[in-house]
Amino acid sequence: MQEFLQYLFSGVTNGAIYAVIALGFTMLYKSTGLINFAQGEFVMLGALSMITLWSGFELSLPLAFLLTIAGVSVVGIILERLAIRSVRKPHPIVLIIITIGASILLRGVAMLGWGKDAHSSPAFSRNEPFEVAGATLLPQSLWILGIVLVIVTALHFFTRGTLTGKAMQACAINKRAAWLLGIPSETMVLLAFAMSAGMGAVGGILIAPISMSSYDMGMTLGLKGFCAAMLGGLGSSWGAVLGGLLLGILEALGVGFFSSSLKDGIAFLLLLLILYVRPAGILGARAVHRF
Amino acid sequence: MLRIRNLKCYYGRIRAINGVSLSVKPREMVALIGANGAGKSTLLQTICGLLPGWEGDMRYEKEPLSGLRPPEIVRRGISLVPEGRLLFPPMSVLDNLKLGAYLRYRRREQAAINGDLEHVLDLFPVLRERARQPAGTLSGGEQQMLAIGRALMARPRLLLLDEPSMGLAPFLVKLILDILVQLKDDGMTILLVEQNARAALQVADRGYVLENGHIVLDGPADELLADQDVKRAYLGKDYREFYDGRA
Repeated sequence: MQEFLQYLFSGVTNGAIYAVIALGFTMLYKSTGLINFAQGEFVMLGALSMITLWSGFELSLPLAFLLTIAGVSVVGIILERLAIRSVRKPHPIVLIIITIGASILLRGVAMLGWGKDAHSSPAFSRNEPFEVAGATLLPQSLWILGIVLVIVTALHFFTRGTLTGKAMQACAINKRAAWLLGIPSETMVLLAFAMSAGMGAVGGILIAPISMSSYDMGMTLGLKGFCAAMLGGLGSSWGAVLGGLLLGILEALGVGFFSSSLKDGIAFLLLLLILYVRPAGILGARAVHRF
Repeated sequence: MLRIRNLKCYYGRIRAINGVSLSVKPREMVALIGANGAGKSTLLQTICGLLPGWEGDMRYEKEPLSGLRPPEIVRRGISLVPEGRLLFPPMSVLDNLKLGAYLRYRRREQAAINGDLEHVLDLFPVLRERARQPAGTLSGGEQQMLAIGRALMARPRLLLLDEPSMGLAPFLVKLILDILVQLKDDGMTILLVEQNARAALQVADRGYVLENGHIVLDGPADELLADQDVKRAYLGKDYREFYDGRA
Protein backbone atom coordinates (compact mmCIF):
# COMPACT_ATOMS: atom_id res chain seq x y z
CA MET A 1 0.00 0.00 0.00
CA GLN A 2 2.79 2.33 1.01
CA GLU A 3 4.68 1.42 -2.14
CA PHE A 4 1.58 1.96 -4.28
CA LEU A 5 1.00 5.37 -2.74
CA GLN A 6 4.58 6.35 -3.44
CA TYR A 7 4.23 5.40 -7.10
CA LEU A 8 0.95 7.22 -7.24
CA PHE A 9 2.54 10.43 -5.97
CA SER A 10 5.34 10.32 -8.48
CA GLY A 11 2.89 9.35 -11.22
CA VAL A 12 0.58 12.26 -10.49
CA THR A 13 3.55 14.64 -10.42
CA ASN A 14 4.81 13.53 -13.81
CA GLY A 15 1.29 13.26 -15.09
CA ALA A 16 0.57 16.88 -14.22
CA ILE A 17 3.55 17.92 -16.33
CA TYR A 18 2.40 15.76 -19.23
CA ALA A 19 -0.99 17.38 -18.80
CA VAL A 20 0.45 20.88 -19.26
CA ILE A 21 2.32 19.77 -22.38
CA ALA A 22 -0.84 18.08 -23.67
CA LEU A 23 -2.77 21.30 -23.01
CA GLY A 24 -0.32 23.07 -25.28
CA PHE A 25 -1.09 20.61 -28.08
CA THR A 26 -4.81 20.82 -27.44
CA MET A 27 -4.90 24.59 -27.29
CA LEU A 28 -3.25 24.93 -30.68
CA TYR A 29 -5.24 22.11 -32.24
CA LYS A 30 -8.51 23.56 -31.04
CA SER A 31 -7.89 26.96 -32.52
CA THR A 32 -5.96 26.12 -35.68
CA GLY A 33 -6.42 22.41 -36.37
CA LEU A 34 -2.66 22.06 -36.38
CA ILE A 35 -0.51 19.58 -34.45
CA ASN A 36 2.75 21.22 -33.50
CA PHE A 37 5.49 18.64 -33.18
CA ALA A 38 7.84 21.34 -31.97
CA GLN A 39 5.81 21.49 -28.74
CA GLY A 40 8.39 19.35 -26.94
CA GLU A 41 11.08 21.82 -27.95
CA PHE A 42 9.16 24.59 -26.22
CA VAL A 43 9.28 22.45 -23.09
CA MET A 44 13.03 22.07 -23.49
CA LEU A 45 13.48 25.81 -24.05
CA GLY A 46 11.36 26.48 -20.99
CA ALA A 47 13.42 24.19 -18.79
CA LEU A 48 16.82 25.42 -19.99
CA SER A 49 15.86 29.12 -19.94
CA MET A 50 14.51 28.74 -16.44
CA ILE A 51 17.75 27.13 -15.26
CA THR A 52 19.81 29.88 -16.88
CA LEU A 53 17.68 32.76 -15.62
CA TRP A 54 17.12 31.45 -12.12
CA SER A 55 20.31 29.57 -11.24
CA GLY A 56 22.58 31.32 -13.71
CA PHE A 57 21.52 34.97 -13.55
CA GLU A 58 20.03 34.55 -10.07
CA LEU A 59 16.82 36.37 -10.84
CA SER A 60 13.99 35.93 -8.38
CA LEU A 61 11.79 32.89 -8.91
CA PRO A 62 8.62 34.72 -10.08
CA LEU A 63 10.61 36.97 -12.42
CA ALA A 64 12.49 34.06 -13.96
CA PHE A 65 9.20 32.19 -14.28
CA LEU A 66 7.47 35.02 -16.14
CA LEU A 67 10.46 35.89 -18.30
CA THR A 68 10.84 32.28 -19.39
CA ILE A 69 7.19 32.01 -20.37
CA ALA A 70 7.33 35.31 -22.24
CA GLY A 71 10.53 34.35 -24.03
CA VAL A 72 9.26 30.98 -25.19
CA SER A 73 5.95 32.53 -26.28
CA VAL A 74 7.94 34.89 -28.47
CA VAL A 75 9.68 31.89 -30.01
CA GLY A 76 6.21 30.47 -30.70
CA ILE A 77 5.14 33.71 -32.36
CA ILE A 78 8.29 33.79 -34.48
CA LEU A 79 7.66 30.20 -35.54
CA GLU A 80 4.13 31.09 -36.64
CA ARG A 81 5.15 34.26 -38.47
CA LEU A 82 8.17 32.86 -40.29
CA ALA A 83 7.44 29.21 -40.84
CA ILE A 84 3.67 28.71 -40.73
CA ARG A 85 2.17 31.98 -42.06
CA SER A 86 4.47 32.12 -45.05
CA VAL A 87 3.46 28.71 -46.41
CA ARG A 88 1.75 29.21 -49.71
CA LYS A 89 -0.31 26.02 -49.70
CA PRO A 90 -1.11 25.30 -46.06
CA HIS A 91 -1.93 21.65 -46.43
CA PRO A 92 -2.01 19.95 -43.00
CA ILE A 93 0.72 17.47 -43.83
CA VAL A 94 3.00 20.26 -45.05
CA LEU A 95 2.46 22.20 -41.84
CA ILE A 96 3.16 19.15 -39.69
CA ILE A 97 6.42 18.52 -41.49
CA ILE A 98 7.33 22.17 -41.02
CA THR A 99 6.81 21.85 -37.27
CA ILE A 100 9.05 18.75 -37.25
CA GLY A 101 11.68 20.75 -39.12
CA ALA A 102 11.31 23.58 -36.63
CA SER A 103 11.82 21.14 -33.75
CA ILE A 104 15.09 19.94 -35.26
CA LEU A 105 16.20 23.54 -35.72
CA LEU A 106 15.33 24.51 -32.15
CA ARG A 107 17.14 21.47 -30.80
CA GLY A 108 20.22 22.43 -32.79
CA VAL A 109 20.14 26.01 -31.59
CA ALA A 110 19.69 24.86 -27.99
CA MET A 111 22.67 22.53 -28.34
CA LEU A 112 24.80 25.45 -29.52
CA GLY A 113 23.56 27.67 -26.72
CA TRP A 114 23.50 25.34 -23.72
CA GLY A 115 25.90 22.65 -24.84
CA LYS A 116 25.36 18.93 -24.66
CA ASP A 117 25.54 18.67 -20.87
CA ALA A 118 22.49 18.09 -18.73
CA HIS A 119 21.53 20.85 -16.33
CA SER A 120 19.28 20.94 -13.31
CA SER A 121 17.71 23.58 -11.13
CA PRO A 122 16.97 23.49 -7.40
CA ALA A 123 13.46 22.88 -6.14
CA PHE A 124 11.15 25.90 -5.91
CA SER A 125 11.10 25.79 -2.13
CA ARG A 126 13.45 24.17 0.35
CA ASN A 127 10.88 22.66 2.71
CA GLU A 128 11.28 19.16 4.10
CA PRO A 129 9.38 16.38 2.29
CA PHE A 130 6.06 15.41 3.86
CA GLU A 131 5.14 11.99 5.10
CA VAL A 132 1.73 10.80 3.97
CA ALA A 133 0.75 7.31 5.18
CA GLY A 134 4.36 6.21 5.04
CA ALA A 135 5.00 7.57 1.55
CA THR A 136 7.11 10.63 0.85
CA LEU A 137 5.58 13.63 -0.88
CA LEU A 138 8.00 16.23 -2.20
CA PRO A 139 7.09 19.92 -1.85
CA GLN A 140 7.95 20.28 -5.55
CA SER A 141 5.07 17.91 -6.37
CA LEU A 142 2.68 20.23 -4.57
CA TRP A 143 4.08 23.18 -6.49
CA ILE A 144 3.57 21.33 -9.75
CA LEU A 145 0.02 20.27 -8.94
CA GLY A 146 -0.87 23.76 -7.75
CA ILE A 147 0.49 25.48 -10.83
CA VAL A 148 -1.18 23.00 -13.17
CA LEU A 149 -4.47 23.52 -11.38
CA VAL A 150 -4.15 27.29 -11.71
CA ILE A 151 -3.36 26.98 -15.42
CA VAL A 152 -6.25 24.66 -16.16
CA THR A 153 -8.68 26.92 -14.30
CA ALA A 154 -7.35 30.02 -16.02
CA LEU A 155 -7.58 28.36 -19.41
CA HIS A 156 -11.11 27.24 -18.70
CA PHE A 157 -12.08 30.77 -17.72
CA PHE A 158 -10.33 32.15 -20.78
CA THR A 159 -12.20 29.97 -23.29
CA ARG A 160 -15.58 30.14 -21.59
CA GLY A 161 -15.63 33.56 -20.04
CA THR A 162 -13.71 36.02 -22.18
CA LEU A 163 -14.57 37.50 -25.53
CA THR A 164 -11.09 36.79 -26.88
CA GLY A 165 -11.42 33.16 -25.87
CA LYS A 166 -14.78 32.92 -27.59
CA ALA A 167 -13.48 34.70 -30.67
CA MET A 168 -10.62 32.22 -30.82
CA GLN A 169 -13.08 29.34 -30.62
CA ALA A 170 -15.20 30.97 -33.30
CA CYS A 171 -12.19 31.18 -35.63
CA ALA A 172 -11.59 27.49 -35.10
CA ILE A 173 -15.21 26.57 -35.78
CA ASN A 174 -15.59 28.66 -38.90
CA LYS A 175 -12.77 30.92 -39.93
CA ARG A 176 -14.74 32.50 -42.74
CA ALA A 177 -17.69 33.36 -40.54
CA ALA A 178 -15.41 34.84 -37.89
CA TRP A 179 -13.59 36.86 -40.54
CA LEU A 180 -16.94 38.20 -41.77
CA LEU A 181 -17.81 39.45 -38.29
CA GLY A 182 -14.54 41.34 -38.22
CA ILE A 183 -12.68 38.95 -35.92
CA PRO A 184 -9.03 39.11 -37.00
CA SER A 185 -8.31 35.41 -37.43
CA GLU A 186 -4.60 35.93 -38.01
CA THR A 187 -4.21 37.58 -34.62
CA MET A 188 -6.12 34.73 -33.04
CA VAL A 189 -3.83 32.14 -34.61
CA LEU A 190 -0.83 34.11 -33.41
CA LEU A 191 -2.28 34.25 -29.92
CA ALA A 192 -2.92 30.50 -29.99
CA PHE A 193 0.70 29.87 -30.93
CA ALA A 194 1.96 32.17 -28.18
CA MET A 195 -0.27 30.56 -25.57
CA SER A 196 0.56 27.02 -26.58
CA ALA A 197 4.29 27.80 -26.57
CA GLY A 198 3.89 29.43 -23.17
CA MET A 199 2.14 26.32 -21.93
CA GLY A 200 5.07 24.23 -23.14
CA ALA A 201 7.42 26.56 -21.29
CA VAL A 202 5.47 26.03 -18.07
CA GLY A 203 5.87 22.29 -18.54
CA GLY A 204 9.62 22.80 -18.86
CA ILE A 205 9.83 25.07 -15.85
CA LEU A 206 8.01 22.52 -13.73
CA ILE A 207 10.15 19.63 -14.86
CA ALA A 208 13.50 21.41 -14.43
CA PRO A 209 13.85 20.75 -10.67
CA ILE A 210 12.79 17.08 -10.79
CA SER A 211 14.85 15.79 -13.67
CA MET A 212 17.96 16.61 -15.64
CA SER A 213 17.38 18.94 -18.57
CA SER A 214 19.34 18.91 -21.78
CA TYR A 215 18.92 20.10 -25.35
CA ASP A 216 17.46 16.78 -26.50
CA MET A 217 14.80 16.29 -23.84
CA GLY A 218 12.05 17.82 -25.98
CA MET A 219 11.43 14.90 -28.31
CA THR A 220 10.41 12.40 -25.63
CA LEU A 221 8.44 14.92 -23.60
CA GLY A 222 6.69 16.24 -26.69
CA LEU A 223 5.65 12.76 -27.73
CA LYS A 224 4.46 11.98 -24.20
CA GLY A 225 2.41 15.15 -24.19
CA PHE A 226 1.01 14.26 -27.60
CA CYS A 227 0.19 10.80 -26.31
CA ALA A 228 -1.58 12.33 -23.30
CA ALA A 229 -3.53 14.67 -25.57
CA MET A 230 -4.60 11.80 -27.83
CA LEU A 231 -5.46 9.66 -24.83
CA GLY A 232 -7.79 12.26 -23.39
CA GLY A 233 -9.20 13.31 -26.74
CA LEU A 234 -7.50 15.90 -28.92
CA GLY A 235 -9.22 19.23 -28.61
CA SER A 236 -10.59 18.70 -25.12
CA SER A 237 -8.85 20.59 -22.31
CA TRP A 238 -10.17 18.34 -19.57
CA GLY A 239 -9.24 15.37 -21.75
CA ALA A 240 -5.66 16.63 -21.86
CA VAL A 241 -5.55 16.81 -18.07
CA LEU A 242 -7.11 13.40 -17.68
CA GLY A 243 -4.84 11.87 -20.32
CA GLY A 244 -1.75 13.41 -18.74
CA LEU A 245 -2.55 12.16 -15.25
CA LEU A 246 -3.51 8.71 -16.54
CA LEU A 247 -0.30 8.43 -18.51
CA GLY A 248 1.82 9.59 -15.57
CA ILE A 249 0.21 7.16 -13.13
CA LEU A 250 0.37 4.16 -15.46
CA GLU A 251 3.98 4.96 -16.21
CA ALA A 252 4.89 5.16 -12.54
CA LEU A 253 3.07 1.93 -11.72
CA GLY A 254 4.71 0.17 -14.66
CA VAL A 255 8.13 1.34 -13.58
CA GLY A 256 7.49 0.41 -9.97
CA PHE A 257 5.93 -3.01 -10.36
CA PHE A 258 7.60 -4.23 -13.53
CA SER A 259 10.76 -2.62 -14.82
CA SER A 260 12.12 0.87 -15.18
CA SER A 261 13.11 0.10 -18.74
CA LEU A 262 9.39 0.02 -19.54
CA LYS A 263 8.92 3.72 -18.76
CA ASP A 264 8.83 5.17 -22.27
CA GLY A 265 7.38 2.02 -23.74
CA ILE A 266 4.19 2.40 -21.72
CA ALA A 267 3.39 5.78 -23.25
CA PHE A 268 3.68 4.51 -26.78
CA LEU A 269 1.87 1.28 -26.04
CA LEU A 270 -0.99 3.39 -24.71
CA LEU A 271 -0.87 5.61 -27.78
CA LEU A 272 -1.15 2.61 -30.08
CA LEU A 273 -3.96 1.14 -28.01
CA ILE A 274 -5.97 4.34 -28.00
CA LEU A 275 -5.48 4.81 -31.73
CA TYR A 276 -6.78 1.29 -32.36
CA VAL A 277 -9.62 1.21 -29.88
CA ARG A 278 -10.87 4.77 -29.56
CA PRO A 279 -9.14 7.19 -31.93
CA ALA A 280 -11.20 10.11 -30.66
CA GLY A 281 -9.77 9.68 -27.14
CA ILE A 282 -11.53 9.23 -23.84
CA LEU A 283 -13.29 12.58 -23.75
CA GLY A 284 -13.18 13.35 -27.47
CA ALA A 285 -16.73 13.40 -28.71
CA ARG A 286 -16.00 14.50 -32.23
CA ALA A 287 -14.09 12.25 -34.53
CA VAL A 288 -10.68 13.62 -35.39
CA HIS A 289 -11.23 14.34 -39.01
CA ARG A 290 -8.29 16.33 -40.16
CA PHE A 291 -5.50 13.83 -40.38
CA MET B 1 -25.17 55.06 -50.00
CA LEU B 2 -23.56 52.24 -51.93
CA ARG B 3 -22.54 52.88 -55.51
CA ILE B 4 -20.86 50.30 -57.68
CA ARG B 5 -19.58 51.12 -61.15
CA ASN B 6 -18.32 48.66 -63.71
CA LEU B 7 -17.32 46.01 -61.19
CA LYS B 8 -15.38 42.98 -62.40
CA CYS B 9 -14.50 40.10 -60.09
CA TYR B 10 -12.42 37.05 -60.71
CA TYR B 11 -12.16 33.57 -59.25
CA GLY B 12 -8.65 32.79 -60.32
CA ARG B 13 -8.84 33.50 -64.04
CA ILE B 14 -12.58 33.06 -64.35
CA ARG B 15 -14.49 36.30 -64.45
CA ALA B 16 -17.61 35.86 -62.33
CA ILE B 17 -18.84 39.46 -62.43
CA ASN B 18 -18.54 41.26 -65.69
CA GLY B 19 -19.01 44.98 -65.44
CA VAL B 20 -21.85 45.37 -62.96
CA SER B 21 -23.10 48.80 -61.91
CA LEU B 22 -25.66 49.30 -59.22
CA SER B 23 -26.57 51.66 -56.44
CA VAL B 24 -28.42 51.50 -53.15
CA LYS B 25 -29.86 54.65 -51.63
CA PRO B 26 -30.23 55.26 -47.91
CA ARG B 27 -33.26 53.58 -46.29
CA GLU B 28 -33.99 51.60 -49.40
CA MET B 29 -34.48 47.87 -49.83
CA VAL B 30 -32.99 46.61 -53.06
CA ALA B 31 -33.43 43.05 -54.30
CA LEU B 32 -30.84 41.37 -56.46
CA ILE B 33 -32.30 38.36 -58.21
CA GLY B 34 -30.94 35.84 -60.64
CA ALA B 35 -30.44 32.14 -61.23
CA ASN B 36 -27.76 29.90 -59.77
CA GLY B 37 -24.29 30.95 -60.82
CA ALA B 38 -25.37 34.40 -61.97
CA GLY B 39 -22.84 35.97 -59.58
CA LYS B 40 -25.14 37.23 -56.82
CA SER B 41 -23.20 35.77 -53.93
CA THR B 42 -19.93 36.77 -55.54
CA LEU B 43 -21.14 40.34 -55.67
CA LEU B 44 -22.05 40.39 -51.98
CA GLN B 45 -18.81 38.75 -50.95
CA THR B 46 -16.87 41.31 -52.95
CA ILE B 47 -18.64 44.17 -51.21
CA CYS B 48 -17.69 42.67 -47.84
CA GLY B 49 -14.06 42.32 -48.74
CA LEU B 50 -14.03 38.53 -48.80
CA LEU B 51 -12.87 38.43 -52.42
CA PRO B 52 -10.00 40.82 -52.93
CA GLY B 53 -8.67 41.52 -56.36
CA TRP B 54 -11.72 43.09 -58.02
CA GLU B 55 -11.63 45.89 -60.53
CA GLY B 56 -13.90 48.85 -60.93
CA ASP B 57 -15.22 51.47 -58.58
CA MET B 58 -17.08 50.67 -55.38
CA ARG B 59 -17.98 53.44 -52.95
CA TYR B 60 -19.80 53.34 -49.65
CA GLU B 61 -20.96 56.72 -48.36
CA LYS B 62 -18.70 58.30 -50.99
CA GLU B 63 -15.61 56.52 -49.62
CA PRO B 64 -13.91 53.94 -51.87
CA LEU B 65 -13.96 50.36 -50.57
CA SER B 66 -10.90 49.22 -52.47
CA GLY B 67 -8.23 47.40 -50.51
CA LEU B 68 -10.32 47.12 -47.34
CA ARG B 69 -10.52 43.85 -45.46
CA PRO B 70 -13.68 42.53 -43.76
CA PRO B 71 -12.94 43.96 -40.28
CA GLU B 72 -12.57 47.48 -41.71
CA ILE B 73 -15.68 47.09 -43.81
CA VAL B 74 -17.71 45.87 -40.83
CA ARG B 75 -16.40 48.84 -38.88
CA ARG B 76 -17.70 51.21 -41.56
CA GLY B 77 -21.18 49.79 -41.15
CA ILE B 78 -21.69 47.03 -43.70
CA SER B 79 -22.70 43.58 -42.43
CA LEU B 80 -23.37 40.44 -44.41
CA VAL B 81 -25.75 37.66 -43.45
CA PRO B 82 -23.95 34.95 -45.38
CA GLU B 83 -25.41 32.19 -47.47
CA GLY B 84 -25.81 29.07 -45.34
CA ARG B 85 -25.84 31.29 -42.22
CA LEU B 86 -22.33 30.29 -41.06
CA LEU B 87 -23.17 30.23 -37.37
CA PHE B 88 -20.91 28.80 -34.68
CA PRO B 89 -23.00 25.69 -33.90
CA PRO B 90 -21.39 24.50 -30.63
CA MET B 91 -21.60 27.97 -29.06
CA SER B 92 -24.67 29.33 -27.37
CA VAL B 93 -27.12 31.65 -29.08
CA LEU B 94 -26.01 34.46 -26.79
CA ASP B 95 -22.32 33.92 -27.58
CA ASN B 96 -23.08 33.93 -31.30
CA LEU B 97 -24.83 37.26 -30.92
CA LYS B 98 -22.05 38.73 -28.79
CA LEU B 99 -19.42 37.73 -31.31
CA GLY B 100 -21.36 39.73 -33.86
CA ALA B 101 -20.42 42.79 -31.84
CA TYR B 102 -16.77 41.74 -31.52
CA LEU B 103 -15.33 44.92 -33.00
CA ARG B 104 -17.57 47.08 -30.84
CA TYR B 105 -16.48 45.27 -27.66
CA ARG B 106 -12.95 46.16 -28.67
CA ARG B 107 -14.04 49.80 -28.76
CA ARG B 108 -15.59 49.40 -25.29
CA GLU B 109 -19.18 50.15 -26.25
CA GLN B 110 -20.51 47.83 -23.53
CA ALA B 111 -23.66 49.78 -22.72
CA ALA B 112 -24.67 50.30 -26.34
CA ILE B 113 -24.04 46.63 -27.09
CA ASN B 114 -26.24 45.48 -24.24
CA GLY B 115 -28.97 47.78 -25.53
CA ASP B 116 -28.66 46.32 -29.02
CA LEU B 117 -28.69 42.80 -27.62
CA GLU B 118 -32.02 43.53 -25.96
CA HIS B 119 -33.26 45.04 -29.20
CA VAL B 120 -32.30 41.95 -31.23
CA LEU B 121 -33.87 39.65 -28.64
CA ASP B 122 -37.06 41.74 -28.81
CA LEU B 123 -37.01 41.49 -32.58
CA PHE B 124 -36.62 37.70 -32.41
CA PRO B 125 -38.33 36.59 -29.18
CA VAL B 126 -37.61 32.95 -29.95
CA LEU B 127 -33.89 33.68 -29.59
CA ARG B 128 -34.48 34.96 -26.08
CA GLU B 129 -36.13 31.67 -25.17
CA ARG B 130 -33.18 29.74 -26.52
CA ALA B 131 -30.43 32.11 -25.44
CA ARG B 132 -28.39 29.46 -23.61
CA GLN B 133 -28.87 26.67 -26.14
CA PRO B 134 -26.10 25.78 -28.60
CA ALA B 135 -26.83 27.45 -31.93
CA GLY B 136 -26.60 24.09 -33.71
CA THR B 137 -29.72 22.85 -31.94
CA LEU B 138 -31.96 25.56 -33.42
CA SER B 139 -34.32 24.91 -36.31
CA GLY B 140 -33.51 26.29 -39.73
CA GLY B 141 -35.73 29.33 -39.34
CA GLU B 142 -34.35 30.12 -35.90
CA GLN B 143 -30.83 29.78 -37.23
CA GLN B 144 -31.59 32.27 -39.96
CA MET B 145 -32.96 34.67 -37.38
CA LEU B 146 -29.82 34.20 -35.33
CA ALA B 147 -27.68 34.90 -38.37
CA ILE B 148 -29.58 38.13 -39.01
CA GLY B 149 -29.44 39.04 -35.33
CA ARG B 150 -25.71 38.42 -35.24
CA ALA B 151 -25.19 40.70 -38.22
CA LEU B 152 -27.33 43.39 -36.57
CA MET B 153 -25.15 43.25 -33.46
CA ALA B 154 -22.41 45.00 -35.43
CA ARG B 155 -24.89 47.87 -35.78
CA PRO B 156 -24.64 48.12 -39.57
CA ARG B 157 -26.19 50.86 -41.63
CA LEU B 158 -26.18 48.67 -44.74
CA LEU B 159 -27.31 45.09 -44.28
CA LEU B 160 -26.52 42.56 -47.01
CA LEU B 161 -28.42 39.30 -47.02
CA ASP B 162 -27.49 36.28 -49.09
CA GLU B 163 -30.52 34.05 -49.68
CA PRO B 164 -32.12 34.32 -46.25
CA SER B 165 -35.04 32.22 -47.48
CA MET B 166 -32.95 29.23 -48.46
CA GLY B 167 -34.43 25.97 -47.23
CA LEU B 168 -37.20 27.59 -45.21
CA ALA B 169 -40.93 26.90 -45.23
CA PRO B 170 -43.02 29.63 -46.90
CA PHE B 171 -44.43 31.01 -43.64
CA LEU B 172 -40.91 31.38 -42.27
CA VAL B 173 -39.81 33.16 -45.44
CA LYS B 174 -42.68 35.57 -44.91
CA LEU B 175 -41.76 36.03 -41.26
CA ILE B 176 -38.16 36.84 -42.12
CA LEU B 177 -39.07 39.20 -44.93
CA ASP B 178 -41.54 40.96 -42.62
CA ILE B 179 -38.72 41.54 -40.18
CA LEU B 180 -36.60 42.98 -42.98
CA VAL B 181 -39.41 45.38 -43.83
CA GLN B 182 -39.61 46.33 -40.18
CA LEU B 183 -35.85 46.96 -40.11
CA LYS B 184 -36.15 49.08 -43.20
CA ASP B 185 -38.91 51.14 -41.64
CA ASP B 186 -36.59 51.68 -38.69
CA GLY B 187 -34.06 53.22 -41.04
CA MET B 188 -31.92 50.30 -42.22
CA THR B 189 -30.68 50.09 -45.80
CA ILE B 190 -30.91 46.59 -47.18
CA LEU B 191 -29.49 44.77 -50.19
CA LEU B 192 -31.20 41.43 -50.51
CA VAL B 193 -29.99 38.62 -52.74
CA GLU B 194 -32.63 36.03 -53.47
CA GLN B 195 -33.50 33.16 -55.73
CA ASN B 196 -37.01 33.38 -54.42
CA ALA B 197 -37.59 36.32 -56.75
CA ARG B 198 -41.28 36.80 -56.15
CA ALA B 199 -40.97 37.00 -52.38
CA ALA B 200 -38.01 39.36 -52.64
CA LEU B 201 -39.63 41.70 -55.18
CA GLN B 202 -42.81 41.88 -53.14
CA VAL B 203 -40.98 43.52 -50.24
CA ALA B 204 -38.25 45.42 -52.08
CA ASP B 205 -38.37 48.97 -53.43
CA ARG B 206 -36.21 48.32 -56.43
CA GLY B 207 -34.67 45.30 -58.07
CA TYR B 208 -31.80 44.25 -60.29
CA VAL B 209 -31.73 41.09 -62.36
CA LEU B 210 -28.32 39.52 -62.67
CA GLU B 211 -27.52 37.01 -65.40
CA ASN B 212 -24.10 35.53 -66.15
CA GLY B 213 -22.30 38.34 -64.38
CA HIS B 214 -24.29 41.13 -66.11
CA ILE B 215 -27.20 43.24 -64.94
CA VAL B 216 -29.84 42.52 -67.56
CA LEU B 217 -32.74 44.43 -66.05
CA ASP B 218 -33.36 46.90 -63.30
CA GLY B 219 -36.24 49.03 -62.09
CA PRO B 220 -38.87 49.46 -59.39
CA ALA B 221 -39.81 46.15 -57.84
CA ASP B 222 -43.44 46.21 -58.91
CA GLU B 223 -42.45 46.79 -62.54
CA LEU B 224 -40.05 43.86 -62.40
CA LEU B 225 -42.78 41.72 -60.88
CA ALA B 226 -44.95 42.53 -63.86
CA ASP B 227 -42.20 42.20 -66.44
CA GLN B 228 -42.78 39.37 -68.91
CA ASP B 229 -39.15 38.25 -69.10
CA VAL B 230 -38.76 38.20 -65.34
CA LYS B 231 -41.99 36.26 -65.01
CA ARG B 232 -40.86 33.69 -67.51
CA ALA B 233 -37.35 33.27 -66.20
CA TYR B 234 -37.63 33.70 -62.43
CA LEU B 235 -41.17 33.66 -61.22
CA GLY B 236 -41.88 30.16 -62.39
CA LYS B 237 -44.98 30.95 -64.47
CA ASP B 238 -45.44 28.09 -66.84
CA TYR B 239 -45.76 28.69 -70.52
CA ARG B 240 -49.46 27.97 -70.79
CA GLU B 241 -50.34 30.61 -68.26
CA PHE B 242 -47.86 32.86 -69.91
CA TYR B 243 -49.29 32.61 -73.40
CA ASP B 244 -52.92 32.58 -72.30
CA GLY B 245 -54.87 35.32 -73.88
CA ARG B 246 -52.26 35.98 -76.49
CA ALA B 247 -52.52 33.09 -78.87
